Order: sequence, then C-alpha cells, then structure tokens
Amino acid sequence: MELTSKTALITGSTRGIGAAIALTFAKAGCQVIINGRQADIPESLREQLELINANYQYIQADIADKDSISNLVNKIYDTNSKIDILINNAGITNDKLMMRMKESDFDRVLNINLRGTFMVTQQVFKRMLKQKSGCIVNLASVVGLHGNIGQANYAASKAGVIGLTKTIAQEGALRGIRCNAIAPGMIASDMTDALNDRVKDEILNNIPLKRLGNPNEVAQTAKFLVENDYITGQTIVIDGGMTI
Amino acid sequence: MTKEEIFDTVKKITVDELDVDENKVTLDAKIKDDLDADSLDVFEIMNELEDKFDIELDADENVETIGDVVDFVKKQVDEK
Repeated sequence: MELTSKTALITGSTRGIGAAIALTFAKAGCQVIINGRQADIPESLREQLELINANYQYIQADIADKDSISNLVNKIYDTNSKIDILINNAGITNDKLMMRMKESDFDRVLNINLRGTFMVTQQVFKRMLKQKSGCIVNLASVVGLHGNIGQANYAASKAGVIGLTKTIAQEGALRGIRCNAIAPGMIASDMTDALNDRVKDEILNNIPLKRLGNPNEVAQTAKFLVENDYITGQTIVIDGGMTI
Repeated sequence: MTKEEIFDTVKKITVDELDVDENKVTLDAKIKDDLDADSLDVFEIMNELEDKFDIELDADENVETIGDVVDFVKKQVDEK
C-alpha cells in the first residue's frame, strides 16, 4: 500500500513504539490519528509532529471500553470518511509470577491487549470491508511466542493477538484486507531505562546483537508490512536475535 | 413498511453486492447455494441493510434464503 494521503489510526500512540509508528507514518505522508487515554497529546510529541509538518489528529479513547472505541472510530469516520491503516498498539503489562497473579491482574491485561485489539479491529474492519481495502498491524511480542517468567497474562494476551492476526488475515483476504503482527523483543523504553546495570547486562547477554532495539526500528517494520501488498497473516520477530 | 417494499430493497442490495441477475433474487433463493455468496457476502448484505433501515441485525441470526432476510428485516423494522 502506498502511504501518501492514507489515514492511519495508531492506538496507544502517545509514547514509545506507538509514537514512533505515528511519526514514521506521518513522515511517509499519512494522516495519523494519535490515540491515548489522556486528555490531550503530550507536548513533546506534538512538537515532533509539528516539526515535520505532520497531518495529525489526537483522539482520546480507552481501548478497554467498547463505547469509547465506538466514539473514537465514529469521530474518525465523521471527519476523514476512511481508515486505511490500523495499528493496534495499545497495551499494558502487569507482571507477577503466575501463582501470585490475581484473576483481576490477568483479566485487565487480557482486556486491553487482546479484547481491546479485537474490539477496535471489529469496528474498523466493518468499514474496511466496504472500502474493499485496508491494512492492519497488531503489536504482539516475542513473549507471546516463547512465554516469559512473570508474564502469564501478557504472554497469553500476545499469543492471542497472534492467533487473532491469522484469523483476521484469512477473513480479510476475501476483500483485499491484510493483517500482520510484529513481535518485538527488548525495545528501549522508559521501563528499560530504569533497570539497573546488572539487569541490563543480563538482558544484553541474551541478545546476539548485544543491544536493545529502538522504537523506530519497530516502526520501520510496521511501515514495511503496510507497504508490502503480498504479506498477510505473518508475525515478524524483531528482537536482535534473542529468540534464535 | 410493507414486505414488498423491504423485498425490493433487499433485492437491490443483493444485486449490487453479489453482482447477480435480479431475476435470480427471489424469496426462495438460497443466498449461499443459489446466489453463490460466501459468509462475508451475507455479512455485507446485512451490513448494508442495517444502514439502510437504521436497524441492528444480530449477526448470529440464521438466514438461508432471501425470504428469511426479508422476514428478519421486517421484524426489526416493526419493532423499532
């Protein structure tokens, strides 16, 4: 899909990987819809968008809430009349050993990461069917492929996202809609910045490329998946070789 | 709204969506078997009908023939 003049909705895009994807797609000529739970777009992101003369809009919405999602999608269609690209990025973690994990800890992560992805996609997919075109990228994780201690809820949600991706790809293929997933490994973020040196060294020892990934590298992968019209139903691992 | 009026609209939408001869779209016509529609086609027809009549159609409703669709829409329109 050629990106110029396309409309891209990126959920959970006020910071980190979501913000990097929004900036990358804006640079490529897309109108980007930034979404987050906060009332307004963070000033630093606004400045970066303005710097590249981005065509953007911020819409507040909570991906855990169906009415909030409906409001988000309706607002976009009211003003733009289309969504060409959907990037399901919104997600949370709530890590605990499985035996100590409360049902509410499990439910909350599944609710946003998996159910939220399903609900947003369902509402957008309905309109993409009418357009007979569209491209969806879901953010999964290497943890969804391999599991991880302390992340039973997150791993289950991301494994679910991969299964969801393959199903959407099969159903969408009947109408020219593609769907792929990205499974990032350790990507530099506020969370990894806060880790102490010992933990950082341990992590790097397990990564053949000996560094963390950066959000921009994930964003480039999303761009590649949207641009290549013959890829669908795939999960692209971007982890510096961590899971080889 | 009469059943005939609803049938006319269902017929028009079905012809548009499936690109079939309108003479084949009868009340007895089986959507999948006679009109060669797949599951997404049925969904799209229902989707168009929702917009046209401003109703909500339950996706799980079991519709086999065009007549089933007409009855289903009529029921929803009458309950509005």
